[in-house]
Amino acid sequence: MIKAAVRDAINDLLADYCHFIDDDRLEEWLDFFTEDCVYKILSRENEESGLPLELLSCRNKNMLRDRILSLREANIYNIHFDKHLLGAVRILGEEGGDYRVQANYSVYQSNQEGVSELFSVGTYRDLITFADGKPLFKEKIAVADTFGIPRLLSTPI
Amino acid sequence: MHNQPPLSWPAEDLSRVPFAAYCDPAVYEQEQERIFRGPTWNYLALEAELPNAGDFLTTKVGDTPVLVNRDSDGALHAFVNRCMHRGMLLCRERHGNSPNFICPYHQWTYDQKGQLRAVPFPRGVNGHGGLPEDFDRKNIKLHALKVESFKGVIFATFSDDAEPLIDYLGPEVVYEIERLFHKPIRILGHQRQRIFGNWKLYNDNVRDPNHGGLLHMFHATFGLYRLSQKGGAKLDARGRHNITWNSLGTDDEKTTSEGYEGTKKVYKPKFSLNDMSMLQNRTEHPDDVTLVILSVFPNVVFQQITNSLCTRQIRSIGTDKMELYWTYFGYQDDDEEMIRHRLDQANLVGPGGLISMEDGEAVELVQVAIEREKDKHAMVEIGGKGEIKTQQSLVTEVPIRGFYSYYCELMGFPVGPDGAEAAAE
Repeated sequence: MIKAAVRDAINDLLADYCHFIDDDRLEEWLDFFTEDCVYKILSRENEESGLPLELLSCRNKNMLRDRILSLREANIYNIHFDKHLLGAVRILGEEGGDYRVQANYSVYQSNQEGVSELFSVGTYRDLITFADGKPLFKEKIAVADTFGIPRLLSTPI
Repeated sequence: MHNQPPLSWPAEDLSRVPFAAYCDPAVYEQEQERIFRGPTWNYLALEAELPNAGDFLTTKVGDTPVLVNRDSDGALHAFVNRCMHRGMLLCRERHGNSPNFICPYHQWTYDQKGQLRAVPFPRGVNGHGGLPEDFDRKNIKLHALKVESFKGVIFATFSDDAEPLIDYLGPEVVYEIERLFHKPIRILGHQRQRIFGNWKLYNDNVRDPNHGGLLHMFHATFGLYRLSQKGGAKLDARGRHNITWNSLGTDDEKTTSEGYEGTKKVYKPKFSLNDMSMLQNRTEHPDDVTLVILSVFPNVVFQQITNSLCTRQIRSIGTDKMELYWTYFGYQDDDEEMIRHRLDQANLVGPGGLISMEDGEAVELVQVAIEREKDKHAMVEIGGKGEIKTQQSLVTEVPIRGFYSYYCELMGFPVGPDGAEAAAE
């Protein structure tokens, strides 16, 4: 039985994660990860074929910082707003004080003319650890059913 | 020529490209017949994706669904993925292994060579129904494409008039394919990108070395590709294929700063990454070439960006949409660390590529802006006008003119001022 306080903390972390992306607070969003975190977006197609290629992969927090830095400074991408809709959060179990968590997501993108389209739907597979009582992502893996990426993949999923 | 869409190519040297070519549905229809089903060789897949007898995969040539397979003798085949009975998509899976292909609609069964083998209830029931007397299974075969493989790269053509593959590629392209596939490869995975623009806009993009150092700020900032570096664009004899290449670390600060003067945030000398490991080049070739973007007419790009290797297949979907299908690979003798390095560097390209994500945006924004400008033309003059030939610098877009020179030949479009008048009449 997972304690209600742990359950609440995990739910809050996932909710904050989504809202910080949607609110374009990406620099603060980085604080939801451990230094040795793994952040990946996988294509369901590769996953099912047992192929290792990711759509996007950061093997530590510095690589994730560089992603955000590059978005801010060096990339040109479609001007849009993101909106995450998170499905029910399943806590699958405890692994030495860390928690395996799964949740479905969908991300809609809206353009400057106010037209919204489904950008990605898939499943988060997370490993969440607690440091000084605060939940952090050790692993954040989004497996995209939408592996035919519309336009391009810029902001995190 | 009353069926000819009203396109004008007013410049003899193809330095003007009519926007209608990217928007007109009649042009698109003709392209499927004359380009993708014409005397061209289209990239299908890599042999490493079909290692075993019975392996198959489904792909596209232009917008035609195509089934590729390896038969029990190890020979490769490609067919239009359509049952000869009533036209249903014969094979629905992306890939797999099967001794035969059975149409889900009425269970017609074809063998690995495309020959019809079985039809249920051939004689009907109790002397009623079934196939007519003169129905001969032997006469029914899937619509086959001619297949040739070079260094493990599978190409196919619909046309009996196509030159042999090796001649079609030409010595310049053959050299690059041999370089890239110099030892057995291992498939790492795929990426797919839906781009909301005409398939030729992407062909233009990869034949435009100039944009590489201007649109892609990440490239210029980290010096993987700057217009001030040693590089160029090599064309085949017909100008239809292009090899953009460069060598990182060959530029000097003065030329770079002067060249990029006045650009908006493209080149930032003081910018650095927290984790620079991704940008490392591990030398794999005796030459100093660190980037090769090899574009083969009409549907494929081969890429080496430092240690990131892949093919990009261009699949047209109507006038204003396409899919880009990326197949990443390494070599079979890569150790775990090298595989991880290639996977890290896959972050540079693809739909989420730190370098390449802009291309999806650039192509769409051209399409959006030209839809109502069909009588106007794109200007293609960087690198010079006149003769279409190999370029000694990256500040060029001459390979685009090479593409359209062959394109117009296949499409039967008159080129030059006289042709423009004829089209206007």
